[in-house]
Amino acid sequence: MRLARFGLLAICGVLLSGCDLVLFNPSGDVAAQQGDLIIYATVLMMIVILPVMALTVFFAIKYRKDNEEATYEPEWSHSVSLEIVVWSVPLAIIICLAGLTWVATHRLEPYNDLPRITAEKAIDPNVTPLQVQVVALDWKWLFIYPEQGIATVNEAAVVVDRPVEWKITSNTVMNAFYVPEMAGMIYAMGGMETELNAVMNASGTFEGFSANYSGNGFSHMRFDLQAFEEDGFDEWVAKVRDGGPMLDRAAVNVLENPSVDHDVEYYGEVEDGLWNLILNMCTGPNDLCLNDMMMVDALGGGGIDGLWNREMYRGLCTADDPQAIFAILRPDLVERGPEILQSMVLDADTDPLPPLNSIPQAN
Amino acid sequence: MATSPVTETAEHAASTLAQVSPVFGKLTWDIFPFYDPIIFATFIGTCVLGAVIVGLVLYFRLLPYLWNEWFTSIDHKKIGIMYMILATIMLVRGFADALLMRGHQALASAGYVGYLPAYHYDQVFTAHGVIMIFFVAMPFVTGFMNYVMPLQIGARDVAFPFLNNFSFWLTVSGAVLIMISLFVGEYAATGWLAYPPLSGLEFSPGVGMDYYLWSLNIAGIGTTLSGINLVVTLVKMRAPGMTWMKMPIFCWTTLCTNVLIVATFPVLTATLALLTADRYLGTHFFTNDMGGNPMMYVNLIWIWGHPEVYILILPIFGIFSEVVATFCRKRLFGYTSMVYATCVITILSYLVWLHHFFTMGAGADVNSFFGITTMIISIPTGAKLFNWLFTMYKGRIQYELPMMWTVAFMLTFVIGGMTGVLLAVPPADYVLHNSLFLVAHFHNVIIGGVVFGIFAGINYWWPKAFGFHLDRFWGLVSFWGWVVGFWVAFMPLYLLGLMGVTRRLSQFEDTIYAGYFFTALIGALLVAVGLLAFIVQIVVSIMKREQLAVDGDPWDARTLEWSTTSPPPYYNFAFNMNVYEIDAWHHMKANGAKPPQDGFQPIHMPRYTASGIIISGFMTVMGFALVWHVWWLALITFVASLAWGIGHTFNYKRDYYVPADEVRAIETGTGVVRPAE
Repeated sequence: MRLARFGLLAICGVLLSGCDLVLFNPSGDVAAQQGDLIIYATVLMMIVILPVMALTVFFAIKYRKDNEEATYEPEWSHSVSLEIVVWSVPLAIIICLAGLTWVATHRLEPYNDLPRITAEKAIDPNVTPLQVQVVALDWKWLFIYPEQGIATVNEAAVVVDRPVEWKITSNTVMNAFYVPEMAGMIYAMGGMETELNAVMNASGTFEGFSANYSGNGFSHMRFDLQAFEEDGFDEWVAKVRDGGPMLDRAAVNVLENPSVDHDVEYYGEVEDGLWNLILNMCTGPNDLCLNDMMMVDALGGGGIDGLWNREMYRGLCTADDPQAIFAILRPDLVERGPEILQSMVLDADTDPLPPLNSIPQAN
Repeated sequence: MATSPVTETAEHAASTLAQVSPVFGKLTWDIFPFYDPIIFATFIGTCVLGAVIVGLVLYFRLLPYLWNEWFTSIDHKKIGIMYMILATIMLVRGFADALLMRGHQALASAGYVGYLPAYHYDQVFTAHGVIMIFFVAMPFVTGFMNYVMPLQIGARDVAFPFLNNFSFWLTVSGAVLIMISLFVGEYAATGWLAYPPLSGLEFSPGVGMDYYLWSLNIAGIGTTLSGINLVVTLVKMRAPGMTWMKMPIFCWTTLCTNVLIVATFPVLTATLALLTADRYLGTHFFTNDMGGNPMMYVNLIWIWGHPEVYILILPIFGIFSEVVATFCRKRLFGYTSMVYATCVITILSYLVWLHHFFTMGAGADVNSFFGITTMIISIPTGAKLFNWLFTMYKGRIQYELPMMWTVAFMLTFVIGGMTGVLLAVPPADYVLHNSLFLVAHFHNVIIGGVVFGIFAGINYWWPKAFGFHLDRFWGLVSFWGWVVGFWVAFMPLYLLGLMGVTRRLSQFEDTIYAGYFFTALIGALLVAVGLLAFIVQIVVSIMKREQLAVDGDPWDARTLEWSTTSPPPYYNFAFNMNVYEIDAWHHMKANGAKPPQDGFQPIHMPRYTASGIIISGFMTVMGFALVWHVWWLALITFVASLAWGIGHTFNYKRDYYVPADEVRAIETGTGVVRPAE
């Protein structure tokens, strides 16, 4: 495999000196496996592609009209053995490729926790993945670090050889979060959370960008991903923490204004529950959160009634006051409110709702 | 503060009405592109050119001829030719967009600003995609199916001749709207499939998206109607004795393609209708909030979009099958497996749409399922390729232009097929999706497959349609320009994709890619030479038509269209033919069949009608009025098109009989071939 990769790079190097095929030579294990897969699949398909191309050229020359010596059988149009070959050879290749696809797709599923750091290095069960929340905005990237309580714009940092769990959403149109050196892309969509598990295996500064066209400022929707050793990462966190103001709803609403080629920004503090608000598209003062709207609808009144509900419950938000909507809708069940709300969180193990008394009340 | 849905809709409508002038809608003087020198110069140039063409038509008094013999014609051959002319004109427009992009990216990647601001660049790549698929590839393919298929099955026209004319003019209507958008207002800047929410009202408030929607809504109806028409023609109008398994392969691929059209274009129409409702009625099908779901649009549009690529390529496979058999002077190898391969591709093409968005995160099971179904399509496609290969085996290959295009196709298309299967492996797609690798892949199959096939078909059937060959020298220039140009233009894009460069970028942050983009520009210029040579080829051939004149069967070919004269009389065949074998005409020639010189019968033919062009004209104006919110005009033209359509059903003078004497005069060469009526 290494040989094949080397061979490809060598050919490439001969043809075009200085071409840097990042997909075959990335710095993250996931991207490396994806790059290898491209080579495996290509080699597998070459088994049928190359003979076909060679035969095409050979037949095209041999059976040209001028060549009187070649056999000519104008009525020959059927051969059971040949037809078995022409169906079964591609079939055999595709069976192999399908097996490879099934295995590789499951092994490299971006939502799953990483099974390894590199081919040589296993996961350390004591190290939890670094959590990073990513928001695509017009036309910049916001990164929130919930453990560190910091946020940045157009710059992200990770620790070398520590798995990273990217949670991705969008505050605007569809984008795709992509760092070619690290791992394949995943879409960022409004009101949706997608996930990417990946790891960087080398320190340095790497380019990330949106890989799904998103409008006017798309070309400049880029960020630097810094991969640090442990110490360097702590320094970076400290720098960000010192560097800037608090990221709260108001700050997000400012960031929402479209801007092209936005500068790097640091936020030293992040409002609690902000990710949930962004994900549910209710950072504005007068929005009804998507999850609350779904709850309202679920408790009576989807469809056309849902339009009424949006107006009635504007500005309420379970992140601020989890029981408020519940109390209005079902006063009879208000006692059991916390329990019911807790049970509505799908991913209860990893992402429990914070205790009620710890949530700051919105003005 | 609470509003009911009814009042909300009423408020939306009222505010929409209040925003615009009741007479002119959103139309103001600002709509003309005075702000952009490139567009404005093109605008002036086009106006001058248009005025010259109209002036010439009027000066030579061609209008009555064009109107009576072409625009109102319901002869499938003339409609087929008009489709090809439309496609050629739009090809020039779409290719101009391509050159603009290649030039701009070559400059931008070298560190210059380039000449297209993002706003304009985004419109250019959107228009390029929409035009090339809907108004170049589709009309070319439909043109071939229209012209050739009825002749191949020994029919005198399609099943619903008026509908055919109407379908064509609806397609023209869509093309006209998209051309208007170049100069009046703007075009969509969303990418050719216009994913919401970007294409929704919130993020694209301009008229560009509305041009997109109405042009495709109107053209899409035309395509659906044409699909129904051709399916019925194939089912009901085959010559006696032509059972399914004796149809030429091109007819099989036409059948499968039109089945696909009938099944998928309604999906496109419905999807675009929902998006139109989002933009015009304030609904929330595809918005981020209010329960809308953009992912639904992405699914729906690709449920149409993937079969669409097979709608384009299947008839092209049919063309290659005809060409290979003819120029290898040999029966097509593996007819039966060719038919089954076509049908399998038809069915499988419905089961793969999700491979266009593996990166949406549907999960490993779903992704692998769609990845594997996609790969399975390569099995019948591979079988087809082998069949062409073994048709060449033990043949006597004549390298006429159509055969050269075919060999170029076989060598180019396998590479595109291979990269396609590569993209079907979900983890590989995660790194290649939306990259220039993807762009190179689909151009590889569309240029290397569809476009090469179109040129093979044009060079093959031109003598049938016009009675003279196309000039070989300029055909060779065109061939080498396209083939070499394609490879030079798109191989760098494959490499750029592997370097992690994504598509649709108008600016670059560093200059390491400049060499590749410059190479791609050179390739595009070579293709430009090929395109220019193609137009020169046509002009030169028309001028040399006396020298290049041919009889009915210049290629010594195998199927029924070659059994009549070149060009065929307007009724195609004087007699119903009996078919006994695959390659019916070859069989007839082998058995010494001669066209009868006596016993002519009157022939029942449909009459020309202007209803198609008139209704489509109303619908063009309606589309324009809807784009600009000129509600009164939209209403009037809508009612008018409906009324004219209903009125047309009361027209009972739809057919006539060609007298037997006239048929005898034409067939025995004693009379001049007269046009219908």
